[in-house]
Amino acid sequence: MQNIEIDARGPRFSAALTTVVLAVALVTGSIWVAAFQAVVFAIGAFKGPQFTPYAFIYRTLIKPRLKSPLRTEDVRPPKFAQSIGLAFAVVAVAGAATGASVVFTVAVASALAAAFLNAAFDFCLGCQVYLLLARLRSN
Amino acid sequence: MKSLVPLLIVLVAASGFGIWFQRTRGEFRRKKTINGPRMTQDQIGIALGERVTMVQFSSAFCSPCRATRVLLEQMVQSMPDVAYVHIDAESHLELVRQLNILSTPTTLFLNRDGVEVGRAMGTPKRNQVLAAVAAVH
Repeated sequence: MQNIEIDARGPRFSAALTTVVLAVALVTGSIWVAAFQAVVFAIGAFKGPQFTPYAFIYRTLIKPRLKSPLRTEDVRPPKFAQSIGLAFAVVAVAGAATGASVVFTVAVASALAAAFLNAAFDFCLGCQVYLLLARLRSN
Repeated sequence: MKSLVPLLIVLVAASGFGIWFQRTRGEFRRKKTINGPRMTQDQIGIALGERVTMVQFSSAFCSPCRATRVLLEQMVQSMPDVAYVHIDAESHLELVRQLNILSTPTTLFLNRDGVEVGRAMGTPKRNQVLAAVAAVH
């Protein structure tokens, strides 16, 4: 089990950017915007949320300007949230590619809701979802 | 440019949920009837507290779990009749099912007999913990 610590403010900033990107995807109905976000989610889910382009923007532009003290957190919760985001984004892209625009809208809207809750309310997806998944899996 | 309506619906609904969610986190919810199973030392891993036992369920994918653990570990130091134990939910799924734990962190407050009196979901504040401990008899 890895136990890497990252700057806790990074994932929150990434969630804000993700919210904007998914909002654009939802309004324009663009498969390409959703596909871009899916790639970002995939990097976050497989490599880690500290390696996404959003994290790069955070480190180079935002972090040097922040005055609040550094608070670190385990990388696993945000990484888990990225994988849930990836699942929604993949469904959205698949929906758009096959002409199922309702599937696209619902999937993008779900990922958007989660990203927005994370950015605005510090909502922790892993806290709410992980145990339910673990319970289902072992059934 | 298509419609802004779906975006507005999502943002309004998520904001409503977020506000409710933030307000209710950490709140001690008393059970209406105290008739649950008696938890034993074997199940929770420590001897029951003289008056109260706080049982926190956590998972690795949960940032607030750590904050909760730090708070409760520190608070229990000055409460001699209260015991505290931290349990990894994933490796105790049997117990998680029996107690119907749905999210992490969830902290159960057991009375001296090991029966659940109520629980708090999310990270409680210091005064919420004090109120919960005081409400157990």
